Amino acid sequence: MSKRVALTGNEAIAKAMQQINPDVVAAYPITPQTEIVQIFSKYVADGEVDTEFVTVESEHSAMSAVVGSAAGGARSMTATSANGLALMWEIVYIAASTRLPIVMPVVNRALSAPINIHCDHSDAMGARDSGWIQLFSENAQEAYDNAIQAVRIGEHKDVLLPVMVNLDGFIISHAVENFNINEPEKVQEFIGEYKPEHTLLDKENPITVGPLDLQDYYFEHKRQQSEAMKYALQAVKDVGQEYGRLTGREYGYFSEYRVDDAEIVLIGMGSTMGTARAAVDELREQGVKVGLIKIRMFRPFPGEELARALAHVPVIGVLDRAESFSNNGGPLFTDMHVALYGQEHKLYDFIYGLGGRDTNVSHLKGIFSMLQKAKDGEALDRVNYIGVRE
Amino acid sequence: MSKEKKPGWKDLPRGGLILDAGNAHEYQTGGWRIKRPEWIEENCIHCLFCWVYCPDSSIETQEGKMTGINYEHCKGCGICAEVCPAKKTAIEMEPEGRKEDSDE
Repeated sequence: MSKRVALTGNEAIAKAMQQINPDVVAAYPITPQTEIVQIFSKYVADGEVDTEFVTVESEHSAMSAVVGSAAGGARSMTATSANGLALMWEIVYIAASTRLPIVMPVVNRALSAPINIHCDHSDAMGARDSGWIQLFSENAQEAYDNAIQAVRIGEHKDVLLPVMVNLDGFIISHAVENFNINEPEKVQEFIGEYKPEHTLLDKENPITVGPLDLQDYYFEHKRQQSEAMKYALQAVKDVGQEYGRLTGREYGYFSEYRVDDAEIVLIGMGSTMGTARAAVDELREQGVKVGLIKIRMFRPFPGEELARALAHVPVIGVLDRAESFSNNGGPLFTDMHVALYGQEHKLYDFIYGLGGRDTNVSHLKGIFSMLQKAKDGEALDRVNYIGVRE
Repeated sequence: MSKEKKPGWKDLPRGGLILDAGNAHEYQTGGWRIKRPEWIEENCIHCLFCWVYCPDSSIETQEGKMTGINYEHCKGCGICAEVCPAKKTAIEMEPEGRKEDSDE
């Protein structure tokens, strides 16, 4: 039987890590992630997990340590936020390229400068091309569920990629929510034992990890990574369905809300999706045909599936909680443009919530209203900024 | 470099792993060198300090005596010349690419 609990998002992630019982956790504190490893270190001190907990001197070292332990065949985790992820940068790529299925919750926070500790997705968006699988969560339940599934997805024999589990800083990480946690034995049964094919500690079969890989081999290894991302599509789907059979909570690439007959659909990620759902409900009561798509899997990007789901929708608004400074819209917008290329949709970008700027139901209704006018033929900028003072 | 056909991405171990032990021997790195150690045999006292200190196992020996330098792996770091304790040094670093080398 699952248990109903009231916990913050950070506590939910720490609980998931306790139930996963990883072999190694190496982490460094950073707001708003700090509580995750602080709580987890208590589990270690109290003997509730078997984890080797490494208190490192920086995030660069945290990621380096888990790269080493994962190469040694250990199920390995870390967690970070914003500037901590930025400091890991070099090794974030090495983790993916060395095909090490590390799981890393990222409590999304704005990148400096000016310094800001609150939520946006600029940290995770910077890592979108690093070769990690990226899952996003709307609430504590999804953060908890994603963390457990991430172990299976990353360790799938055809995938072998690290997985980033994103949850919005403070909004999810520090707010208490009611949600269901699984029985510890069920989680252990679900994730199973990690049996890597090659490890540094297998002295009967010595291997070299991370050798020089020049003009004559590097490209082949990148090509393998592209292929692994294709397998990740299948693994995310399969694991999400299996998790659904276990818990009653099935997960896919994205979820649709009142999209079937919608004429205007918003698409986005993270905690704001709950707010957007409320806006959809209010407008639906007034007879406006609006809907919402919440993306759970951002990398690999489910472009073909999204294009199919949106085929009948004439006007689409993209919610970007990050700016890419390309003068071409936010990161989700550019991906959506590629996904919908050559089709007749009207597509607009809405950059919102940077540095934790509050985005409420009236903002979302305002966006729908702008899209309604665009549908009726009024001019609307391709990229719009929501909730910023002029 | 050998002309053998290299494996494609479908056949290579993932993540750049090398599954065979001792492969460094096959990978020739001497081309990086800008200075080469020249062994002056008549000065050599066969103390093997150079063999101990060489970071790349490039000092060749036989029955406890130095016999030469493996230029396919020597990167020219110069440590052997630095540590050589012989009264008249037995290893001197010479610039690579001198005119007389091209006649070899």
